[in-house]
Amino acid sequence: MHAVQMKGIVKRFADLTANDNIDFDLEQGEIHALLGENGAGKTTLMRILYGLYHADEGEMLINGTPAVIHSPKDAIRLGIGMVTQHFTLVPTLSVAENMVLGETGSITVNLPDVEKKVAAASERFGIPVKPQALIKHLSVGERQRVEILKALYHDARVLILDEPTAVLVPQEVEVLFDALVRLQNEGLSVIFISHHLNEVMEICDRITVLRDGHSVGTVRKVDTNLKQLANMMVGRENFGVTRQGQREKGRVELCIQGVHATDKKGLPSLKGVSLDVHQGEILGLAGVSGNGQAELSAVLCGTKKTTSGKVMVGDLNLTNAEPSAVCAAGVGRIPEDRYANMVGELSVAENLVLDQLDQFVNRGILDQEKIQENAKKLINEFQIKASPGDRVRTLSGGNMQKVMLARTLSQKPRVVIASQPTRGLDVGATDYVRTTLLEQRDNGAAVLLLSEDLEEIMALSDRIAVIYAGRIMGILPAQEATAEKLGLMMAGAPTLDRKGGVDAEI
Amino acid sequence: MLKYKIERAPAPVWMRTLIPLIAIPVTFLITSIIILLDGANPITAYYHFIISPLAGKASAIEVLVKSTPLLLTGAAVAFAFNSGYWNIGAEGQLYAGAIAAAWIGMTLKDVPPIIGIPAMVLGGFAGGMLWAFPSAILKVKLNVDEVVTTLLMNSIVLNVTSFLLNGPWRDPVSMWPQSPEIAAGTVFFKLIPRTRLHFGIILAVLIIIITWFVIKRTSFGLKMRAIGLSREGAHFAGIKVNKTVLTVALVSGGIAGIAGAGEVAGIHFHLIDAISDGLGYSGIIIATLGGLHPFGVGLAALFIGLIDTGAQTVARQMGVPVYLGDVVQSTLLLVTLSLFVLQNYRIRRVK
Ligand SMILES: Nc1ncnc2c1ncn2[C@@H]1O[C@H](COP(=O)(O)OP(=O)(O)OP(=O)(O)O)[C@@H](O)[C@H]1O
Ligand SMILES: [Mg+2]
Repeated sequence: MHAVQMKGIVKRFADLTANDNIDFDLEQGEIHALLGENGAGKTTLMRILYGLYHADEGEMLINGTPAVIHSPKDAIRLGIGMVTQHFTLVPTLSVAENMVLGETGSITVNLPDVEKKVAAASERFGIPVKPQALIKHLSVGERQRVEILKALYHDARVLILDEPTAVLVPQEVEVLFDALVRLQNEGLSVIFISHHLNEVMEICDRITVLRDGHSVGTVRKVDTNLKQLANMMVGRENFGVTRQGQREKGRVELCIQGVHATDKKGLPSLKGVSLDVHQGEILGLAGVSGNGQAELSAVLCGTKKTTSGKVMVGDLNLTNAEPSAVCAAGVGRIPEDRYANMVGELSVAENLVLDQLDQFVNRGILDQEKIQENAKKLINEFQIKASPGDRVRTLSGGNMQKVMLARTLSQKPRVVIASQPTRGLDVGATDYVRTTLLEQRDNGAAVLLLSEDLEEIMALSDRIAVIYAGRIMGILPAQEATAEKLGLMMAGAPTLDRKGGVDAEI
Repeated sequence: MLKYKIERAPAPVWMRTLIPLIAIPVTFLITSIIILLDGANPITAYYHFIISPLAGKASAIEVLVKSTPLLLTGAAVAFAFNSGYWNIGAEGQLYAGAIAAAWIGMTLKDVPPIIGIPAMVLGGFAGGMLWAFPSAILKVKLNVDEVVTTLLMNSIVLNVTSFLLNGPWRDPVSMWPQSPEIAAGTVFFKLIPRTRLHFGIILAVLIIIITWFVIKRTSFGLKMRAIGLSREGAHFAGIKVNKTVLTVALVSGGIAGIAGAGEVAGIHFHLIDAISDGLGYSGIIIATLGGLHPFGVGLAALFIGLIDTGAQTVARQMGVPVYLGDVVQSTLLLVTLSLFVLQNYRIRRVK
């Protein structure tokens, strides 16, 4: 029995066909992956199923019955729930309040009742959340759990997850997968979008691959392998970039000394972080999310004030500097939340120059020709699927990210602060960004790479530091780092000496 | 067979520009109920509202006279709104500009117009800026909501004006509370003899063009638009948000102040209590109607100027209250705002 059937779906945006005659079906109780490069049309197809877009052509059947889905309300009524790439929770409201938002059954809300139901659902599906917590105090991973629970709260039988793992650390991914399997056992069907082939191979029953708006085909997991999937997606099989050789370290370019800062709730989250990043090296900062990485990145980007400590770039003191000063000092920043840190209503071309307007101005007047040229060049270099005049808001998640990356890395920064630089990128784009980061390092930039992806950290870093509960647990040279050692440190095992050796005892 | 369907997607750009034009007939439909209740014929009323004023030369010129301050308050409000600074205080800033201009006009005795007129313009600008300053500084330093503070500043300046006119500035020879007449050299020259059309409209058009240029063509304009669209994104990109917002707020106040100077130097020749009568608030309507685009503002100001003139014709010809003009204006704002929902939809032909 098919939970969902989509037949001949076509969706056009002006002269771009985002979905071109796509057939897709989802069986009852299966986990079905949707794969494809950035901009292939995955999100668009799912937005159609969830009623956020309307297909220009094609039809949909839900549980075998033709269905017209005009809005998410219709979709929810048909038992479809979606967790979008950019979350849609209201930050100032509590978890429980967010659950019933948009419900129109009655005027009054019995909040304690809702909270009880949320707690029960949370228990039943093994998705831990606190019903009273305010969304703005939650981490990204926690927000995602709330989104999932919200769908389940509304009795979803089909759950669409758009790149859920992009915002999670490996441990959280495991928790998510456990929950998905439990849902599957309860008879729910899941559509799972991801750029990580190994995740897809781990959890899914069937896989549909999209390419440039077309469906390349659907395969069963048992009949396929990583190579075939990669080939279906982009037409080549081998991926992977790794650091080549050691380099002479230059002088210290980014110096972080005893930095303290608080998190969104005002609790201390950085407790004396000190790190030196040298010219021509990539220092990887590993850690489970929520241990202070977001705050450290914000401090270095100029969007968060320290409570004490010092940040130096070369001879410049950038402690508590505004973003304008940080930019001017030649610090390239790739923030964790790209969406909030761009201006979605401005065009790609405008966003690409927004932090370096001086270069594109002639006596105060914008040099449109130069701005357009810059955009065309970067779009081409970074293979951004967009034209210079498109509003950034309309880009696919990965392409939005490429805009931020292009803006930052094209400026040849002397220091690069890269938070999760490849999150949400397809395999090809991931390779490109990693290559670019290595290039920056080879050209003498000091790169601080904050990533929750250990593989990425180990592949790129010259040295690896581990952060736990707002403190640096230790720093290892890349050659000595193993996933095991790092894992122990990430879990808070304290006895590592600063030079990089591991104490024999642990 | 062809079918049409409506879907949720950003409307094409031409559709957005069409919205104010759709709003006009809808507004007329709604307000005709009120006219009917007053026992008059809506069609005749609307004939007098929008056709009669344009039929005669004198009244057509009067439309331009009425539009002059509206062009300026509209530009002032639109300028501020573009950067997300919700300046509701154009009314007060206009008064402040008028007070400053009146003071200059009373102080300068024997100046040639070549000095007197620029002095009035700069004085108006400075007065408006001064009045915009407290709200602006509270906004950037303490994040106090500018909607509230700019609105409150409006009431304060009304009382300051009353105080001046009933106290220190009261013209001893006049029956009314008004200031002495301004010096001849500070009067805005007439564009057409024996009409009220004065230099102010040239100034207003010039300022419309300048604001357009600044908003759309300069890096300052891109910065203010970026702030208006996403404060966080703009701040992250290294734009000095507070400095930019402060500048925008002050310039916006200054432009509104020039409107006040124009009313003193071009129309009344002294300061009076009723120098504005809501021109600043109309600026908000005009800015919205014009889609915050300076050229849209230009058209909207002319249209509101037309309705203002028409309201008097209707009142004279048909005996309905002049306030009908205000009713039409306010309804127009509500209708336009409601119709902006249409921006999110588009109609598509399906085969
Ligand atoms: N509202 C929109 N207006 C215009 N173009 C759009 C809109 N939404 C999506 N697109 C375009 O459609 C194409 C497909 O986008 P979609 O978001 O479906 O990609 P995706 O497969 O989810 O990619 P990613 O992996 O990067 O998230 C992109 O080129 C995107 O720019
Ligand atoms: Mg997507």
